[in-house]
Amino acid sequence: MNDTHAPLLELRNLTTMFPTRRGEVRAVEAVNLTLRKGQILGLVGESGCGKSTVLLSILGLIAKPGRVDKGQVLLEGRDITHLSGGEMRRIRGREIAMIFQDPLSTLNPAFHVGEQIRESLRLHHMMLGPPWPLDRAKKAREKKRVIEVMQEVGIPAPEARYKAYPHQFSGGMQQRALIAIGLACQPKVLLADEPTTALDVTIQAQIVALMRRINQEHHTAIILVTHDLGLAAEFCDHIAVMYAGRIVEIGPTDQVIEEPRHPYTAGLLRCIPHVGERRAIEPIPGNVPDLADLPPGCAFSLRCDSARPVCNEGFFRLQPASADAVKRGEGGHWARCLRLTDYQMPALED
Amino acid sequence: MRLVKVIERLLAAIPIMLGVAVIVFVFMRMTPGDPVDIMMGQGGTVSEGEVERLRSEFNLDKPIHVQLGLFLSDLARGDLGNSFTKQQPVASLIGERLPATIELAFGSLFIGLLIAFPIGILSAVKQNSLLDRLSMGAAFLGISMPSFWLGIILILIFSVKLHWLPVQGRIDYDAGLQTVTGLYMLDSILTGNGPALISSLKHLILPSIALGSAVAAIVARVLRSSLLEILRSDYVKLARAKGAGETTVVMKHAVRNALIPTVTVVGLQVGVLLGGNMIVETVFSWPGLGRLVVEAIFNRDFPLVQGAVMVYAFIFVAANLVVDVLYTYLNPKIEM
Repeated sequence: MNDTHAPLLELRNLTTMFPTRRGEVRAVEAVNLTLRKGQILGLVGESGCGKSTVLLSILGLIAKPGRVDKGQVLLEGRDITHLSGGEMRRIRGREIAMIFQDPLSTLNPAFHVGEQIRESLRLHHMMLGPPWPLDRAKKAREKKRVIEVMQEVGIPAPEARYKAYPHQFSGGMQQRALIAIGLACQPKVLLADEPTTALDVTIQAQIVALMRRINQEHHTAIILVTHDLGLAAEFCDHIAVMYAGRIVEIGPTDQVIEEPRHPYTAGLLRCIPHVGERRAIEPIPGNVPDLADLPPGCAFSLRCDSARPVCNEGFFRLQPASADAVKRGEGGHWARCLRLTDYQMPALED
Repeated sequence: MRLVKVIERLLAAIPIMLGVAVIVFVFMRMTPGDPVDIMMGQGGTVSEGEVERLRSEFNLDKPIHVQLGLFLSDLARGDLGNSFTKQQPVASLIGERLPATIELAFGSLFIGLLIAFPIGILSAVKQNSLLDRLSMGAAFLGISMPSFWLGIILILIFSVKLHWLPVQGRIDYDAGLQTVTGLYMLDSILTGNGPALISSLKHLILPSIALGSAVAAIVARVLRSSLLEILRSDYVKLARAKGAGETTVVMKHAVRNALIPTVTVVGLQVGVLLGGNMIVETVFSWPGLGRLVVEAIFNRDFPLVQGAVMVYAFIFVAANLVVDVLYTYLNPKIEM
C-alpha cells in the first residue's frame, strides 16, 4: 500500500505490552489510527489509559522490559516498527518530534537552552555545507536557525536567551523552548504529550495558539494527547477516546462531541465544567480498571450506568456510529459499544 | 566574580584554622603524658635539673594561657615553632613530608577514578546484568576491605612473589633525582630524568591501589545510583526522542548531571586521602605526613601536632572549596 495517497502516519493494530509480576499488561491494545498531512488528532482519556504509551510506541521508545508486541507503525507507507536503532534515530526528531508534559524536567538543567535546540540540528546534520574541515560556518548557520526557531515559537530576545539555562525561563517559556526543540528540524509529525497540563490557564491558551499556528504555517500534523476533552474539542480535527488501552470512540471532532456514542465519552463530556452554567459536574463513578485484571468484554462495563450482563460477554469491535461511517472508513465516526446495535443512548442534558 | 568569591572563602579559612589550632593546643595539653618525661624515658637516667631546663626551654613550665599566647604570637609571625623531639622548625618538617602525602593522595585518586568511572557508568547502563552484579559486589568488598590488609596482600603478590614492583619507599636510591617541588613524578619530568620517573611511578602504584580501591568503590556506587535515577528522567527521554544515540544520551546528557553528587563524594574522599592514610604510609614505608603525625602524637610533640593538624584543616577547606567551584560549573542553578 505504498501509493501516493498513503496517510502520513498510520498505526495498525498496535499493541504494547509490559511484563509485570502479575502477568503481562497490555498498556495499548490493537490501536488503529490514521493521521494525514496537516491533520490534528486528539487522543483523549484518563491517566493510565495508555495514550502516552501510544506516542512512545510510535517513536520506538518504550522502556524495557516493555515492548511493542504486535502491529505496525507506518510513516508515509513505510513500516518503521522494526527499523534498526540507527534508522529509527534518523526518524526521531527529524520526521517525528515529540514534546512532553513537564517542560522543566524535560529540559536538561546543565545545558544552555539554545544549545539544546541546536543539538537537534546537529544530530540530524540539518545545516550541512561543504565537508569538514572546509565548513567552519556550520555552527554559525545552526545558531542562526536556532534563533529563528526561538523567534518563531515566541521567545522574546532570542539572541540574549540563547545562553540562558532552563531554570532561568518561566514555565511558558520552557514549553516554548521544548516546542522549538521539536520544530528545529521541521518534522512532519509533532507528538504532543499533555503539552499544556503543567501550565497556567493563560499560558495554556498561548501554547495552544502557537501549536495551531505551527500546524497552519508548516502543515505539521499533530497528535495531541490530553485528558482534557474540552481542549481536544477546541483544537483537534479528529478525536480518539481511549479507555484501558483501547480506542473506544473515534471520529470527527464535532460528531464525537455533539453525538458521543460511547458512554465513556459521554461521561467525560459531563465532567467538563462550563463557564456561566450552573450545571453540576457529574464525575464518572469508580476508577480506571487495573490493566492486569480487566473484566471480560467491555472494560468500561464496571463504571457504565447502562451496562447490561451482555456487556461482559465476548469481544466488541468498533461499530459504525454514524450513517456514513462505513463509507468514510477511518475518517468516519466509530464507537466500541454494544448499544450502538442494541438500543439508543439517553440524550445528553443541555 | 568567581575569583573574588574564592579569595573570600580562602580568607574565611583563616579563622577556621586558628580555631582548629587552639582546640588542638588545649586538647594536647589535657591528654595525659608529658613530652619531657617521654623524651627522658628514652634517654635513660637524667637529672632533675636537666628536666627543668627542658621544661623551661619548651615553655612547658608556664601557665597554659601564657603558653597559648606565646603560640599565637609566634603563629601571627608565621612561625609554627620547633618540634620538641626533632629540634627542627615544624614548618620545614611538614614541608619535607607533605609532598609525599600529596603525591600518594593524587595517585590514589587517579586510580580510584580510573576504576570508578567506567564501572559506575557501565553498571548503571546495564543495570542488573552480570557485570553490574559483579562490580557492585567488588565495590562492596572494596569498601569493607581494610586498606592496610589490601596493601600487604598487594606487596605479597606483586613485590614478593612476582617481583614486578618495589616493596616500599618512594624511589630507588640510585635514581639521582634532583628535588624541585618534592613531588617525585613531577620533579622527574621537570628535570627530564626518565629512570627516576619510572622508578617513582613503580613505587607509587601499589600504595595508590591500596588507598584508591576504597575511593573507587565509593565513587562507583554513587555514580551508578545517580545515573540510574537520571537515566529515567524526562530530559533523557527527550534526548532519545531528539534522535540522540545511546552514547550521546549517557555520556553527554546523563553523566554530566550525575557528576554533581559524584563530585561531592570525590571532594570528601580527597580530604580522607590526605588526612587519613597513616596506615598505608606505614605499610609501604611511605615517608608522608601521616607517619610523622602519628609519631608526633606518641611523643606528645605539641608544636608538630598543631602544625600538622592546621595543614589538614587547610586541605579540607581547600578540597571543599574546589568542590564548590566545580559545582558552579556543573550545576548552573548554583552560584557561589
